[in-house]
Amino acid sequence: MPRTVPSAVPNAQSNGISSAASHPANETRATRQFFYERLGLSDRLLERCLSEALSAGGDYADLYFEYVTASSLGLDESLVKSASQGISAGCGIRVVSGERTGYAYTDDLSADRLLRAARTAAYIANGPAKQPIAGFTESVAPSLYPIAGSSVDAEVSAKLELLQRADRAARAYDARIVQVRASFADELRRILVVASDGSFAADTQPMARCNVFVIAKDGENTTRGSSGGGGRVMMNFFLTEKTPEYFAVEAARQAVLQLSAVPAPAGEMEVVLGPGWPGILLHEAVGHGLEADFNRKKTSAFAGLIGQMVASPKVTVVDNGVMPNRRGSLNVDDEGSPTQETVLIENGVLKGYLSDKLSARLMGIADTGNGRRESYQHIPMPRMTNTYMLSGEDAPEDIVRSVKRGLYAVNFGGGQVDITNGKFVFSASEAYLIEDGKITAPVKNATLIGNGPEALKYVSMVGNDLALDEGVGTCGKAGQSVPVGVGMPTIKLDKMTVGGTGN
Amino acid sequence: MNTTETRSANTSVTQAATSNAALRAPSSIDQEFVAEIVTRAMRAGASDAEAVYADGDEFEVEVRMGEVETLKESGSRALGLRVFIGQRTASTSTSDLSEEGIERLVSGAVALAAVTSEDPFVGLPEKESFGAIPGDLELFHEDVYSLPAQERIEYARRAEAAALAYDPRIANSKGGSFGASTGRKILANSRGFVGEYRTSYCSIAAQPIAQAPDGAMQRDYWYTDARSLRLLGSPEAVGQEAARRALRRLGARKVKTQRVPLVFAPEIAPSILSEVLHAVNGDAVYRNASFLAGKLGETIAAANITIVDDGTVPGRFGTKPFDGEGLPTRRTMVLERGVLQSYLLNTYTARKLNLHSTGNASRGLAGTPGIGAGNFYLEPGTETQQQILAAIPSGLYVTELLGHGGNIVTGDYSCGASGLWIENGELAYPVEEITIAGNMKEMLHNIAAIGSDLIFYGSVACPTIRIDGMTIAGE
Repeated sequence: MPRTVPSAVPNAQSNGISSAASHPANETRATRQFFYERLGLSDRLLERCLSEALSAGGDYADLYFEYVTASSLGLDESLVKSASQGISAGCGIRVVSGERTGYAYTDDLSADRLLRAARTAAYIANGPAKQPIAGFTESVAPSLYPIAGSSVDAEVSAKLELLQRADRAARAYDARIVQVRASFADELRRILVVASDGSFAADTQPMARCNVFVIAKDGENTTRGSSGGGGRVMMNFFLTEKTPEYFAVEAARQAVLQLSAVPAPAGEMEVVLGPGWPGILLHEAVGHGLEADFNRKKTSAFAGLIGQMVASPKVTVVDNGVMPNRRGSLNVDDEGSPTQETVLIENGVLKGYLSDKLSARLMGIADTGNGRRESYQHIPMPRMTNTYMLSGEDAPEDIVRSVKRGLYAVNFGGGQVDITNGKFVFSASEAYLIEDGKITAPVKNATLIGNGPEALKYVSMVGNDLALDEGVGTCGKAGQSVPVGVGMPTIKLDKMTVGGTGN
Repeated sequence: MNTTETRSANTSVTQAATSNAALRAPSSIDQEFVAEIVTRAMRAGASDAEAVYADGDEFEVEVRMGEVETLKESGSRALGLRVFIGQRTASTSTSDLSEEGIERLVSGAVALAAVTSEDPFVGLPEKESFGAIPGDLELFHEDVYSLPAQERIEYARRAEAAALAYDPRIANSKGGSFGASTGRKILANSRGFVGEYRTSYCSIAAQPIAQAPDGAMQRDYWYTDARSLRLLGSPEAVGQEAARRALRRLGARKVKTQRVPLVFAPEIAPSILSEVLHAVNGDAVYRNASFLAGKLGETIAAANITIVDDGTVPGRFGTKPFDGEGLPTRRTMVLERGVLQSYLLNTYTARKLNLHSTGNASRGLAGTPGIGAGNFYLEPGTETQQQILAAIPSGLYVTELLGHGGNIVTGDYSCGASGLWIENGELAYPVEEITIAGNMKEMLHNIAAIGSDLIFYGSVACPTIRIDGMTIAGE
């Protein structure tokens, strides 16, 4: 199946958009113009498709147009071994009737094919034809990520230079670094969403990411290290804020550190999580469990817990889709609704869910602008954006000092959750023993496991050092991947199970 | 919702079935069309080129609590192109098959190749190595789309209903589903290879939720899938097995941190075997990023372990007539009686390692070919699962893994798990919120028993196995 292709060197067609001023209304107009002029859409055609979608009744219909250009470059063994670019375009048409959803998509955007897809989606309903609201109301969105200066407009040579700098920096870090791979991937995603309720939204969403992966070897001992970051950022980000050297040194440092790692301990103990990416704890432990669809169907361990204490009073967690330039941010979600900041847990009390249009309507709650989808081939559902815990009052060094024997985990690989029984895991890729209040030996990779509605009750200290991740998160749900962000200050959990092999 | 409405939903969906043919990807694209892309790339300056075309249709219905929840039906298609200019290479892909889209696919690839480095190992396979397995590999059965839409919905509904009816403690559900899909792939290159094959797939699944009197919930799932409707299990069997699995998790508890034998059920054992699959992947091997790099010919596992990759078995999920570069698939002995015999390689990684491709190139639309398994399995032993369990006074029968805890570079393994505690050779009570950990290098030597129950749920299959010496972390 064709998907959004990891690739995308700037093509001529992106230039027209990038010249638009960063005023939001102008960007929306430029995106809309792209779909109308390049892909032949018109108000008339969109209205016809919506009418067709509601021709068998149905409460609601929407059309989601997407046009993605993507590119990637890979440096491996100091050679530019891979370069690719791709284009993926299509339209997904949805009809909602009660709790039922009909969905069809097409990658052929001719009027004939669009109308056919609309008819297919329409069959979910069964009743007299309905008419969509006449005319569209364009939603005015903020501009969280200016398009001008995005990396898709940069020269390929400029991106290759980033990779070569990363390669040199990683090799220079330590003679034991024997393999370096660096990659740069970016995309420009244009969307246009129109619905039978008259809503109309268009957005152009840039995304860029630089990654470095290294292997360190010392005798028979081989280890790996990786680092990366980016977001909805401009090319300049990689030249001034997070340089390729920054990612390269970080990857190399991790790999070299692992050469001297001891087995991770096994069993329940005090765990201190460092700031930033360890916020994946929140994403797994509470975030997924608070997505409205699971709670509407009462399949989440958090169902019915609104207003109850689900965490220590020191814990406040938000999901925030309106942070400038962040990987998880969106001007509008994939249903065309404005994104927002939503409080999930306030001082330990469960406050609310993350919702899309369908769940909002069926549950009688507000749409929080969290309706997202992987591509035009997918039905939207409630998803996180940037999810993080607010800072507390403790100094990070006091938190470590308070631990007699435990684990200090600062970097993680992925995580996973079973939202029905609440059990979640996340895998530490950089962690240390804490002995008598001091950070001592680095330990090997270990998985941490806990129970979502319980784990955060054991948070006894919250640092004053909130940090967000570097911009690497991709979240999977029901087979759909979307970019997300996480963040957290340093925190201490009085009890968590660490899955090592040591004593 | 009342029954009248239910029935009307079904009726309306019947019409969707008739529409299906109209939505399917047009069949106007043939081998000639794909070969022409190669010719155009050569004309544009490529010294070699390879084009791949893929199209597919999908149908899926999800039923929840007896009502249709989603119904999805569509088709799509796309093209990928890889070009070589001397020892440089680049690739492009597009879903825009208009003349303009194809022109950009071709010119983009040729322009992009200029920015890449010369790499002496890059290039298409040698001409004499191309080919395809002859005969019908039973990968495509038209019957996956033969059911009337109402019956498709009934399959999903029956699977869920069987789960809900199984026990009063099954009171909620994440639904039942029926899915069908077909796909077609055409590969052509400038050294004369052109090949094409079609695949079909259908499945029925159920995901019930069991609830204990104290309100605690457990979900589980079961499914049946096949390349032909004829080979699918019954929806009722799927629903009942899913319910049985969810119910047996109720009342799960944590256990103490300890070292005991672990038994992996055949539905979960492939996850362990996949660690070996990743470790014999030529990409990881030539980079020294695998704990099995440099170990060819060495004993790396117990003498009872034989692992095979076979992409030629008719009808299986990992079977293909040719790989992603146009080489015939084959049977490769990966591990024989504990001795590492072969890695899985494509052309590039084979050249890097001074070996020959094993016909394991996998090709998406974009990027350079990777490596994929055919049907990758551990040869079965002679013991039944019951016999394996009976020999264990105290241990864990693992039924689910949570997370991705394998580190292929070091072999370290640590993963969340749940399962059933083994007491005096019998399954005693459910266990959850624990981790299991070890190192693959030792785990492969510590496979103390292998079951006779090899079942191909997917393209990686492993019978029941017992592994000693791993650590359970719990209370």
